[in-house]
Amino acid sequence: MILRYLARRLFLLGFVFVALTVFVFSLNYLFPGDLVSNLTGMRDISPQKHQQLQQMLALDHSLWQQYIAYNRRLLAGDWGLSFASQQPVLAEIMQVLPATLELAAYALCLSLFAGIPLGLLAAVKKDSLLDRCISGIALVGYSMPVFWLALICIMLFSLQLGWLPTSGRLGVLFEVPSQTGFIFVDILLAEHVSRSAAAYSALQHLAMPTFILAVYPTNVMIRFVRTSMLEVLEQNYIKTARAKGLSRSQVLYRHGLRNALLPVTRQVGLQFSTLITLAMLTEVIFSWPGIGQWLIDSIYQRNYPAIQAGLLVVSSLVICVNMLTEILHTLFNPLARKL
Amino acid sequence: MNFSYCRFGSLSLVLWLTGCQPATVANSGQGLVYCAEGSPESFNPQLVTSGTTIDAISQHLYDRLLDIDANSGDLLPALAQQWHISPDGLTYRFKLRPNVSFHQTDYFTPSRYLTAEDVVFTFNRMLQVEHPFFQTATEYPYFDSIEWRHRVKSITALSSDEVEFKLNQPDSSFLSVLATDFAAILSAEYGAQLVAQQQKPLLDIQPVGTGPFKFRQYQKDVLIRYYRHDNYWRQHGDIQQLVIDIVPDNTKRLAKLLTRECDIAPIPRLAELQMFSNRPDFKVEQQTSMNVAFWAFNTQKPPFDRVEVRQALALAINKPNILQAVYFGQAEEATSVLPPNSWAYRKQNLVQSFDPVKAKELLTQAGYPDGFSIDIWAMPVQRLYNPNAQKMAELIQADLRAIGVKARIVSYEWNTFRRKLRQGEHDSVLIGWSADNADPDNFLRPLLSCAAAVSGSNRANWCDEQFDQFISGAVQTTDVAQRRSYYLAAQQYLQQQMPLMPIAHSKRFQVKNSSVQGVTINPYGGISLVNAGKTP
Repeated sequence: MILRYLARRLFLLGFVFVALTVFVFSLNYLFPGDLVSNLTGMRDISPQKHQQLQQMLALDHSLWQQYIAYNRRLLAGDWGLSFASQQPVLAEIMQVLPATLELAAYALCLSLFAGIPLGLLAAVKKDSLLDRCISGIALVGYSMPVFWLALICIMLFSLQLGWLPTSGRLGVLFEVPSQTGFIFVDILLAEHVSRSAAAYSALQHLAMPTFILAVYPTNVMIRFVRTSMLEVLEQNYIKTARAKGLSRSQVLYRHGLRNALLPVTRQVGLQFSTLITLAMLTEVIFSWPGIGQWLIDSIYQRNYPAIQAGLLVVSSLVICVNMLTEILHTLFNPLARKL
Repeated sequence: MNFSYCRFGSLSLVLWLTGCQPATVANSGQGLVYCAEGSPESFNPQLVTSGTTIDAISQHLYDRLLDIDANSGDLLPALAQQWHISPDGLTYRFKLRPNVSFHQTDYFTPSRYLTAEDVVFTFNRMLQVEHPFFQTATEYPYFDSIEWRHRVKSITALSSDEVEFKLNQPDSSFLSVLATDFAAILSAEYGAQLVAQQQKPLLDIQPVGTGPFKFRQYQKDVLIRYYRHDNYWRQHGDIQQLVIDIVPDNTKRLAKLLTRECDIAPIPRLAELQMFSNRPDFKVEQQTSMNVAFWAFNTQKPPFDRVEVRQALALAINKPNILQAVYFGQAEEATSVLPPNSWAYRKQNLVQSFDPVKAKELLTQAGYPDGFSIDIWAMPVQRLYNPNAQKMAELIQADLRAIGVKARIVSYEWNTFRRKLRQGEHDSVLIGWSADNADPDNFLRPLLSCAAAVSGSNRANWCDEQFDQFISGAVQTTDVAQRRSYYLAAQQYLQQQMPLMPIAHSKRFQVKNSSVQGVTINPYGGISLVNAGKTP
């Protein structure tokens, strides 16, 4: 039963990937400029080399075969060169993606840790002063533009108070070579550096971007958990449990929470794409060297191979996370498997 | 209910306390952070002219045969301890300093001290086609503009510590050329190693010099990291690490100064200087710099081929207004290409005041009673000599409208901009020049000589035999009074011909954290951090 479900999901995933690669592949034709250049990222190709490349890219064959060849290259890790730096695009992405993942992951954790308890609290104390405060704050946070909030925070915490740095991931005087791309792991691996001081600096750099990025998902989470919990509390089985004599907290933890949090797992997946979009904005404001900043730079530079690769990676990431949370949701909730 | 309120309260208290703990975002230890406005184009000063690159590399990584005294403009011994000029002015002999060591890095370990061979290797690169590294660069912009290949006949090592330059004709500006930031001494041994490894391009990417800092790491658009060169031949400060943090955005650079992420930052926006000068924890340093901002007319294109038109346009511009609006009063009005602190400066009080009526008359004389349309190219970047070319262009546009000339403001991305300028595609351009040494030749030759019109640094595309005679005459004599008279004549001639209109000589500003000492700004080039130190 569950295996069939997984197979069905995997089939869907494959289908989405085919659609995605077809789209990205077709961009090569839609972008202006030479097709061979767009596909390989090489510039100033000599006529002789051009001929050679055409053969390698299967350009003398049908579109279908070109697409197959394109996919084969993707799987082999040959994603072409960046126009700007003439370095392999995939390697560049591997340099910047961890920074984004790190930022997004911390922000997501923060939003879960803050959002779920606050939402529950608001639901349990429905219509109390506390509920109104939490809901009010959530509404304000929900409607505040990220970039505006970020600038205000920079003004306050960096320029006025001088507590937090304004940009980057680490103080520039710490020489921490990028090995994994995850800053704390890199600090652990680095030599000749005071690790505690470096980690402290990394934390300082992380604090503001994480907080800013977490604001929106936290507020979504509060509102969502509150609604979901209220719905669950209306259910008959809750009333039954109360009638059977379970205490208020027993009912909440055993019957309320588990059922109310089920839709939340799904919500995490749905929020992930928004989170990545916001992460890109946050990265630009805080000069965070992640994929968002990289992709936006690539767009300014008309760096087509980089735009394609960035698109592919970000979309795949979002699709995978969506699928994963969907599957988790199903595993936790037997009712969903029937659908 | 009370319990949950309490919990919420204590949570926010904890957050507040942890937020309070760090007092400042201090940079650790014995490191200095200099926030630069852009990435360097190369790590070899021979290949560049941009002030940003020179600031980032030359004084830190390299030494020159001679140095310039920042205050008096006199030449001082550096890698050359003594020098001797033959009576005919054609032969220059330099005695080199002993025991000067090159950088030891991950990619190179020197086996010997500096010798005459290194000097020959360095300067022959621009001179001899058969030099192994001649072909690795497409141009040597500074040395091309001063016609190095025509000036210098040969360079030979007489012994391990003596080197001889033979010139084709007497040249009194020659020593100044050797003292510029571009004349950095490279290692011949490193060159030989790269030839053996077939890695020639690395000479300009992974630098080896004799300077106070050695190269460690470079990430484009992010940072440059230097370590202290412990065997440096001079006394130097105790900075163990120098990081050049690349922050192109002005506002971010200022913010980083405030959060102490930067210790020093150059050319802060003039408008914000007031804020810093009021704070005790920052120090604003200024230096009258050898530079000029100008409006160059492409004299190859009509209507700019007419002297009257150029004169008229120059008369139509309200310079004091520009000085107020663009430089916030922190610059001197330029009347000549040479700044007033140059010894060859000529105060020109004859014409050139703001006079739109006369300008209109001149245009009528030239056959343009109804005016015409022109393009003004405004450079897209902020430079010391011109902090805001766009705004300047708008002011000029308004002034020109008064005499019936319609101006359109054009700008491109910086690299494209410079390429198109070199190809002479512009009508007129707002740009400028920062001097590399104290010699007046360094302004007039690269900006206005015929050779510079070919190499592309002559933005007016102006080639005039009379003018070339003046500046050639001036360098063929060592008599200062005689040189001076040549330069005065040249400046007067420029005043009549007006191939470009000098606008302002800007002061150089930088803001630094008060805990940093020993920073010197050289009016002729890059910033020097040899003696820099930091009190904790």
